[in-house]
Amino acid sequence: MGVYWAIAVRSFRRFSTYRIATVSGAFTNTVFGFILCGIYLTLWHERPGLGGYDTADALTFVWLQQGLLMPVGIWGATTTGELGERVRSGEIAVDLYRPTHLLLWWLSVDLGRAMFQLLVRGGAPLLVGALVFDLKFPSSPLAWLAVAAGVFLAILVSFGIRYLVALSGFWITDTRGMEQLALVLSSFFSGMILPLVVFPGGIGDIARATPWAATMQVPIDIWLGRNPGGIGSALLFQLGWIVVLLLGAQLVTSVATRKVVIQGG
Amino acid sequence: MVERVLRAPAQYWMLIMMWVRSSMAYPASFFLMLFSSMVLTVMDFVAIVLMFSHISSFGGFSLAEMALLYATASMTLGIADLFTGSIERVGERIRTGTFDAYLIRPVPAFLQTAADGFALRRLGRPFQALVVMVFAFNRLDLEWTVARGIMLVVSILAGTVIFGAIFVLGAAFQFLAVDSAELANSFTYGGQTMTQYPLAIFGKEIVRAVTFVVPLAFVNYYPVLYLLGKPAPLGLPSWIGLLSPLVAVVMVALASLAWRAGLRRYRSTGS
Repeated sequence: MGVYWAIAVRSFRRFSTYRIATVSGAFTNTVFGFILCGIYLTLWHERPGLGGYDTADALTFVWLQQGLLMPVGIWGATTTGELGERVRSGEIAVDLYRPTHLLLWWLSVDLGRAMFQLLVRGGAPLLVGALVFDLKFPSSPLAWLAVAAGVFLAILVSFGIRYLVALSGFWITDTRGMEQLALVLSSFFSGMILPLVVFPGGIGDIARATPWAATMQVPIDIWLGRNPGGIGSALLFQLGWIVVLLLGAQLVTSVATRKVVIQGG
Repeated sequence: MVERVLRAPAQYWMLIMMWVRSSMAYPASFFLMLFSSMVLTVMDFVAIVLMFSHISSFGGFSLAEMALLYATASMTLGIADLFTGSIERVGERIRTGTFDAYLIRPVPAFLQTAADGFALRRLGRPFQALVVMVFAFNRLDLEWTVARGIMLVVSILAGTVIFGAIFVLGAAFQFLAVDSAELANSFTYGGQTMTQYPLAIFGKEIVRAVTFVVPLAFVNYYPVLYLLGKPAPLGLPSWIGLLSPLVAVVMVALASLAWRAGLRRYRSTGS
């Protein structure tokens, strides 16, 4: 266990060295936050109470979304991007003969990255947003605990998806097409383009059942206290997808490992 | 000098064709990426359509009018990104020291950086913008004249040049702050997201900023207002949309100055 903790700590430190990149990224998230607030203010002005959100909910949604974008890494993250690159180039062989578990190794790397980005790129835009707009915050310690759990589970769901995309490189020569496809699906079904509560009818039902909903919409709804079935069922929904994705990831890892051995590495 | 400028298009063409051939090495992957980049970018418009399932007008714009704004924003950014978007990788080249190689080759460093990793799959965005534009014109009741057609084409070109200049400005800034590639995204992708919507919804200060500071309003907003016969905000004259080629020229001059200043400042990392 100690080794994975050490990996996560080093990954955290590694990301903390890119200072200018982090600042310029947080600046960009903040600019997008303001742009989206302009759009959502107009939308909720035309239709107050749209999707069960009031204007404060919609604005809070914007800043949480900008803050969670990088930590959760729904558009792909440096870590799993590198994993995909290693699969493509064959360097993955080095990872495979380490006396550690491949899945847990990369999960630790990703958690270290996510924690750093949560603190800096999650915190900064939210702070600016809260200074300018009247945002909602969880009221009780229990609510904060639920938010922490929801965000942690969201990172795990997102990692599961990204890990599977990266390992698809064992079967297809070039994973970039797959990464693009994952980007399309995660932008649309996570609520990144438009909150899923605004999606009408059947499209909305489908979108809210996908694993991508568990990466963005669900944790934000936990923060807002707007989950349709309450916080418990929201966390269970995330857990369900984590079990499915990580079991799938474990299966793919063992099949892929055997495949490498068969080919002679 | 003149000779150098005249040679530039052929040199640029040669560089991008090299990258096109390399991307075609895996045709299946290429077409998958082209298709998914089309789908990815059209999702923004799907979001607008979903919004219009709840509302009938957004900031005084109907769905068809929004479609025209969206299509022109996406088209101009898409073409600019195709031809100059790669330039944002300059920071990475500076950090790793590979930028040096560009300075000793007999082709201007600017052309090499702009063509670096030219990705034909980026055509996906202009393609989907074209589809949305056809949709917009089908639904809009516009009286077409030759002058209006020319104006539309010229303003799209001018908008493309303005976005291209912003890409170059962002890249030039990376000579100062090597790791700041993402900063430019606020103005390029952020600019595109803004210009998809009627800019007046963002408030007077923002309209002033995108008119006089970073002239994003000239990319498509003012030309589209003129085309639709809508009044310009801030009490500006409605013909302000005709000024976008002029704005484009100024932006190119600024970008070229910034790029040269950056290049002069460049010191190799030596690694």
